[in-house]
Amino acid sequence: MDEGALFLSRIQFAFVVAFHFLLPAFTIGLASYIAVLEGMYLATRREVFLRSSNYWIKIFAVSFGMGVVSGIVMPFQFGTNWSRYSHMTADIVAPLMAYEGLTAFFLEAGFLGVLLFGRKRVPQWAHFFAAIMVALGTLLSTFWILVVNSWMQTPTGFSMQDGRFFPDDWIAVIFNPSFPYRFAHTVTAVYLTTAFTVIGVAAYHLRNRRFMDESKVMIAMGVGLATVLVPLQALIGDAHGINTLEHQPAKLAAIEGIWNTQKGVAAVLFAWPDEKKEANDFEIAIPKLGSLYLTHDWNGEVTGLKAFPPKDRPPVPPVFFGFRAMVAMWCVMLLITIGSWVLLARKRLYETDWFLRLCTWSIPVGYVAVTAGWITTEVGRQPWVVYNQLRTADAVTPNIATHDVVVSLALYVVVYAFVFGAGAYYLVKLVRAGPAAATPLPPEPEHRQRPARPLSGA
Amino acid sequence: MYIDLVPIWTGILALSVFMYVLLDGFDLGVGIMSPFAASDDARTLIMNTVAPIWDGNETWLVMGGIGLFAAFPIAFAIIIPAMYFPILIMLLGLIFRGVAFEFRLKAHKSRFLWDHAFSWGSLVATFAQGIVLGAFVQGFEVRDGQFAGTVYDWARPFPLLVGVGLVFGYVLLGSTWLVIKTEGSIQLWAVKWARIALTGVVAFIAMVSIWTPLSDPKIAARWFTWPNLGYLAPLPIATGAIALWLWRSLDKGRDIVPFFGAIGLFAMCFLGLGISLWPNIVPPSISLWDAASSPRAQAFLLIGTLFLLPIIIVYTGWSYYVFRGKVRADTGYH
Repeated sequence: MDEGALFLSRIQFAFVVAFHFLLPAFTIGLASYIAVLEGMYLATRREVFLRSSNYWIKIFAVSFGMGVVSGIVMPFQFGTNWSRYSHMTADIVAPLMAYEGLTAFFLEAGFLGVLLFGRKRVPQWAHFFAAIMVALGTLLSTFWILVVNSWMQTPTGFSMQDGRFFPDDWIAVIFNPSFPYRFAHTVTAVYLTTAFTVIGVAAYHLRNRRFMDESKVMIAMGVGLATVLVPLQALIGDAHGINTLEHQPAKLAAIEGIWNTQKGVAAVLFAWPDEKKEANDFEIAIPKLGSLYLTHDWNGEVTGLKAFPPKDRPPVPPVFFGFRAMVAMWCVMLLITIGSWVLLARKRLYETDWFLRLCTWSIPVGYVAVTAGWITTEVGRQPWVVYNQLRTADAVTPNIATHDVVVSLALYVVVYAFVFGAGAYYLVKLVRAGPAAATPLPPEPEHRQRPARPLSGA
Repeated sequence: MYIDLVPIWTGILALSVFMYVLLDGFDLGVGIMSPFAASDDARTLIMNTVAPIWDGNETWLVMGGIGLFAAFPIAFAIIIPAMYFPILIMLLGLIFRGVAFEFRLKAHKSRFLWDHAFSWGSLVATFAQGIVLGAFVQGFEVRDGQFAGTVYDWARPFPLLVGVGLVFGYVLLGSTWLVIKTEGSIQLWAVKWARIALTGVVAFIAMVSIWTPLSDPKIAARWFTWPNLGYLAPLPIATGAIALWLWRSLDKGRDIVPFFGAIGLFAMCFLGLGISLWPNIVPPSISLWDAASSPRAQAFLLIGTLFLLPIIIVYTGWSYYVFRGKVRADTGYH
């Protein structure tokens, strides 16, 4: 096997999936948000919801398109660069991905056209229905792909025959131990990503004193969602951590920067983990706190990295720092949420320029958090691709050469830089342009109108 | 598990690939023709004929790829790495053309850039798909159940020939689609393109039909031995009849018939391909049964597929119905 091809294939997968996920991280939440705005418009007939919805649909169209095309790349990566993995895990992983296609991709694509272009061609309830179906599709997609990912993290329900994984119990495969936590954590994370994008965009318009009606609605809805989800995410994250401690102790030890197995471990706030010395430099830690939140007991025992042979340990620094970056982003979200409520109580939220500017600058927090969290969990799974079962080094396509992967990786980098760069530019332009005045909808055709008063139908 | 699911999965996979070729075929074909549109407005109009549906069309590619992965994983693990570069080029082409739909309407000074992205992306993706098809027919070198050739085995005359042939094929689908969806001068322009494409398609069908039996004695034996010859003779005859019918329908100025004629031609080629290669999924050595996943995996996915596929076809049909009829300049989707 070719070490260079292995390393570059890993970089290539990380690159294409990281760029791809930035888009769903936004559009999963945005699809739900658009469905809510459409529903609010139908219920209240207030034009501000229609204008806001039209605004976000335009932004959705551009980002969803980029998400689709970068997503098509993903299943082919399994075949081109990870054919050993495909060969060995196909009986389990491939049907789950096929269910993603059948339940999610077709649903999204089938109703996307109506959502984007069909407002004047279908009754309003049908347009609302299309918005719900697109949102449902994005959530079903999240469900299935996280089933696959979670099974790779905590595989259950299978047996090995001739070096291949075979399904014994599909329920155990799908609802594997880490799945419920990962699903809740990820959906909450992408909803928060969307919420803070909406808050930041609304804050931008408020600071420029434009589109005030729409922006007030948007910022209120964003802060409202954040108020529920930011604290909830802390609880889910805690539960997810305890789940990781149970099923992937080496990953958890790397997250916490714990080298020695001990009782009453400290919570390491900051350190420089040194893999050669098997110790932390510059450590700042709070005694006993680690055991408290990991085991919910001051003196609970936590396994350290030294309990695992070096060849079974994940690379520590990316996991350690990825986790801290994610938590730092959560802290920013919490501060903005609290700040919004404080200013709202003083009736100054819409006018406090420095705070609005902070909100706009904080648009990236969600994207940074999901990427950092993803690095934490995926690098933390190493050196395994299927945890404790199949090493990443044994999963790569056997007969590709380093120079082939150099070419493909270089092409992906150049094309993504150009396409995503242009996409980001057009998105910023769209966002800055703000909501357009709503084009009045044509009156519903006669045969579609319900009688306004019961008697007129008779 | 007592029922052999392999034939069912072969059918489902064949359907997915065929749906993909037809559906994305016509919108890729429209992309290939787009630089030759008479004006910027005409280009916008022909793009609008596919804008609401291209995403759904492309989903069949994902379904075909993952369907192969799920039902015939050994074939997936051989064919996809062997096609490393054609697939890479296809994916990059699809990226450029996919984003162009939205980007070109947001761009002003740089619109020409996204017009190029749309047409070149469509052309390159089609050509790469043709190479994959040609290399597939040509076969793969396999040892111990793994691909043993090089990632450049596709760079031979036959796959490249099929690549060019598929460009004509997709343009035939695209131009006949535009005959349905447009009127006036744009429709006349599409008819002209349909004639060129049909001529090319017929020529390439003839070339491929002569080349494959000459280069592969097993394929020759399948077609040219008695009694197969008697059973299979109607296929080339039907292909010729459909081509003639399609040409005549263009003469008569029919709107909808040409597109179905093009579908018929693709169906005949697809059938012929299946007859030549059956029962192999990795020609020349690995059969559908050798490459199949476990019955438990196939059964688990089959239950959902049989339930979901009809629903998918219904709501996809609804989406086509919503955007039915001629697309006019004032249809402005944006």
